Amino acid sequence: MNVSMTVNGETVSGDVDPRTLLVEFLRDHLELTGTHVGCDTGQCGACTVHVDGRAVKSCSMLAAQAGGADVTTIEGLANGGGELHPMQAAFREHHGLQCGFCTPGMVMAAVDLVKNFPNASDETIREQLEGNICRCTGYENIVRAVKTGAANMGGR
Amino acid sequence: MSEQDTSIGAPAKRKEDGRFLTGRGRYTDDIDLHGQVYAYFLRSPHAHARINGIDTTQALQAPGVLAVFTGNDLAEDGVGGLPCGWQITDVNGEPMKEPPHPPLAQGKVRYVGDHVAVIIAETYYQAKDAAELVDVDYEMLDAVVSPAAALEPGKALVHDDVPNNQCYVWELGDKAATDDAFAKAAHVTRLDLVNNRLIPNAIEPRAAVASYSQGEDHYTLYTTSQNPHVIRLLMSAFVLNLPEHKVRVVAPDVGGGFGSKIFHYAEEAVLTWASRKVGRPIKWTAERMESFMSDAHGRDHVTHAELALDENGKFLGMRVDTKANMGAYLSTFASSVPTILYATLLAGQYTTPTIYCQVSAAFTNTAPVDAYRGAGRPEATYVVERLVNAAARETGVDPADLRRRNFIPKEAFPYQTPVALNYDVGDYDATLTEAMRIADVDGFEARRQEAQQRGKYRGLGYSTYIEACGLAPSNIAGALGARAGLYEAGEVRLHPTGKVTVFTGSHSHGQGHETTFAQIVASRLGVPFDDVEVVHGDTDRIAFGMGTYGSRSLAVGGSALMKALDKVIDKSRKIAAHMLEASEADIEYDNGVFRVAGTDKSLTTAEIAFSAYVPHNYPLEQLEPGLDESAFYDPTNFTYPAGSHICEVEVDPDTGKVRIVNFTAVDDFGNVINPMIVEGQVHGGLAQGIGQALLERCVYDADSGQLVTGTYMDYTMPRADDLPSFKVGTKNTPCTHNPLGVKGCGEAGAIGSPPAVIDAIIDALSSLGVTHIDMPATPARVWEAIHKANASRAA
Repeated sequence: MNVSMTVNGETVSGDVDPRTLLVEFLRDHLELTGTHVGCDTGQCGACTVHVDGRAVKSCSMLAAQAGGADVTTIEGLANGGGELHPMQAAFREHHGLQCGFCTPGMVMAAVDLVKNFPNASDETIREQLEGNICRCTGYENIVRAVKTGAANMGGR
Repeated sequence: MSEQDTSIGAPAKRKEDGRFLTGRGRYTDDIDLHGQVYAYFLRSPHAHARINGIDTTQALQAPGVLAVFTGNDLAEDGVGGLPCGWQITDVNGEPMKEPPHPPLAQGKVRYVGDHVAVIIAETYYQAKDAAELVDVDYEMLDAVVSPAAALEPGKALVHDDVPNNQCYVWELGDKAATDDAFAKAAHVTRLDLVNNRLIPNAIEPRAAVASYSQGEDHYTLYTTSQNPHVIRLLMSAFVLNLPEHKVRVVAPDVGGGFGSKIFHYAEEAVLTWASRKVGRPIKWTAERMESFMSDAHGRDHVTHAELALDENGKFLGMRVDTKANMGAYLSTFASSVPTILYATLLAGQYTTPTIYCQVSAAFTNTAPVDAYRGAGRPEATYVVERLVNAAARETGVDPADLRRRNFIPKEAFPYQTPVALNYDVGDYDATLTEAMRIADVDGFEARRQEAQQRGKYRGLGYSTYIEACGLAPSNIAGALGARAGLYEAGEVRLHPTGKVTVFTGSHSHGQGHETTFAQIVASRLGVPFDDVEVVHGDTDRIAFGMGTYGSRSLAVGGSALMKALDKVIDKSRKIAAHMLEASEADIEYDNGVFRVAGTDKSLTTAEIAFSAYVPHNYPLEQLEPGLDESAFYDPTNFTYPAGSHICEVEVDPDTGKVRIVNFTAVDDFGNVINPMIVEGQVHGGLAQGIGQALLERCVYDADSGQLVTGTYMDYTMPRADDLPSFKVGTKNTPCTHNPLGVKGCGEAGAIGSPPAVIDAIIDALSSLGVTHIDMPATPARVWEAIHKANASRAA
């Protein structure tokens, strides 16, 4: 079947098997390999992307379901020109990543978190990141990064 | 970017973060090769069964299928078994039992997830669909899953020729002297402990892409490995019988390892072999359920331990009897974990004069068990620190005071323990004192009373751990049964323009070597940090390497780079002497500048590099052109990071829920190159240690051998809201025997923290009569312990 959608500002389309997941469409058809698959059961959050402005686990959504949607992946988060998005920069500043595998999903979830909770406390950040597993950092520096990222996003 | 301080000791931001944060990392599953097809591994649904036949006829006819291979196909082609890299010698002087470990099962399957066949098809879904058409005739057999049960006579045999499922019985220490110490004891503390089985769960699932070039008769394997050269050696020399120089193994960006990606796995060998058979590159990426079933697991000990004390609380002796689970087959380093990496650590930070440990290793119908963050040392620390805490409670001595009575004093180093290790340096009182200050131990009693008024129970738990890292002096490892050397290789290549490429046999899968190693090289050569690039993870680019595990990268891999840097500077000095028309003895070197002493005549590292490649004014009769030096470094001793962890918990007696309200870790890692990265390593280790203590437990059904905790719905991974904010500090004493004075920090958190957490819970509930709780201390277990204690007090 044919699906088309907007990904990182560009209109894309492809012929896919109906059971193709959104994450497979992004990784295998569009070669946007920044979105990772950690568990294929919607538990780990490594595959988190934005669909129509909301954080979605792209392993739990069919590509067909995203037809016509506006999708943003980690590759499209920054505004181009080499500048990192404030949340990406905050993760770097606070050493909020180690192996980097959960990081794209974590950053996408964090940006969504800030939209819903612009002045989140540590406790709220920890609760809201419950759907994203990191095995490396112990979350301490991720929480610091999200706070800084939120401040630098100015509530955006 | 280079305005930041990147000197040694500075918290330089990481070079690798740029690609990871923008989705431009390159992990194994991101790699697609032209013409690539996909593999799906058919795995055993049974814990233990005889295979009476496999019919692949229908599967071979399924759409897109290129091939289906079974164990017989590999055997007919002379493919060998997966080797074990460490031979343990039994108490009777016999080598351990080492049954064959075929990459695809032959005759029997021995655990749920054991590899039965591989299906190769144009797409992954076609391979997976075709797997359902493979008809395997299984004859079910009884299964054994716990090491204690497996060793009982009359149980099902995992390997028909291994009686009582016993891989080995091994011992360390002086039994007679230890028994004498117990005979003289004023007090003996006795504990029965379970070290819960864990599943490492790196968030990147294991994956591999293999290809064969007929034109060059050359294989390439991309794989999720912590040590690509080790994989190449094991696979080519022992499994596939390929010429080592005709095999390239690449471990690109790797998404976490924690030990589980050290080992040579069946999928790597099968894909490499099959890529030639089908004439196409083949890719395989584990689904998470496959990771749960088939990654090597960790821990899984059952232990009886005893500590003898005199009337003053001095430790007189320790006796430990451990049953360790090997799983169904011996994984790459499985045999060394509950022996060499375990019993040697039982002295801890203490002067215990005599120790005896016996370890019985059992085969079971479970996934292979091997090194997981800490590997043997967390198990040892759990035994020692639980004993010390129980002894303090039983004798009514303050746990910090009891420790101080028994610490090896800082004046006593180097210190020979009764269990083979020679500690070079440390100051255990300093880390404990600092941890107690940060944890505000003085204010604890007031906090306990305040919590009591709210109906909550507060407790304080201690752990003062030691670990042996920087694996390892090759001669010592060899004498203890290692079948490999444990040095590291490094190379520093200056280019004509003064830019630098560094090649290391260490592998980074989160540890930040591209940054830390660049800090070392840039500082030593006096060149800009941004001009240094660190290359790792490719057997075609790096001469050799033993890889990253056992907190060895900086202590061993970093030391190899220091040796190579010394060679670069020595050669540069000779070049400078020639160019500046001075004697070599008169050349002073400091921070990238070679100067004739007492003059303003000088050359920079970059100028010398240019001259080395454009040798017009150059001592050609004495020196070769070029500036590219390599070195191997074999350590002369282990390193001994140590520290104090203090955990404060609050327990809700109505629900059994444990909340960590305060966690303090003060460690001695020797010199620190990048404190930001070190702190991150500590955080991550603590999360895994606290995960073990409170949340994580791998469960196999005792009867069926089915893996009960096979998804993230059943196996409790620590999430952000499960963990506290950590307070960390350091009190460092530099290592005395490596050029950087470093010890290693990757495993400390996972080693030190579990007994501190459990001790805090027992301390919180001790007024209720609770004296013991097993890991993980789930709400159900804590609630049960409270109610059992209540019931026994009422009786």
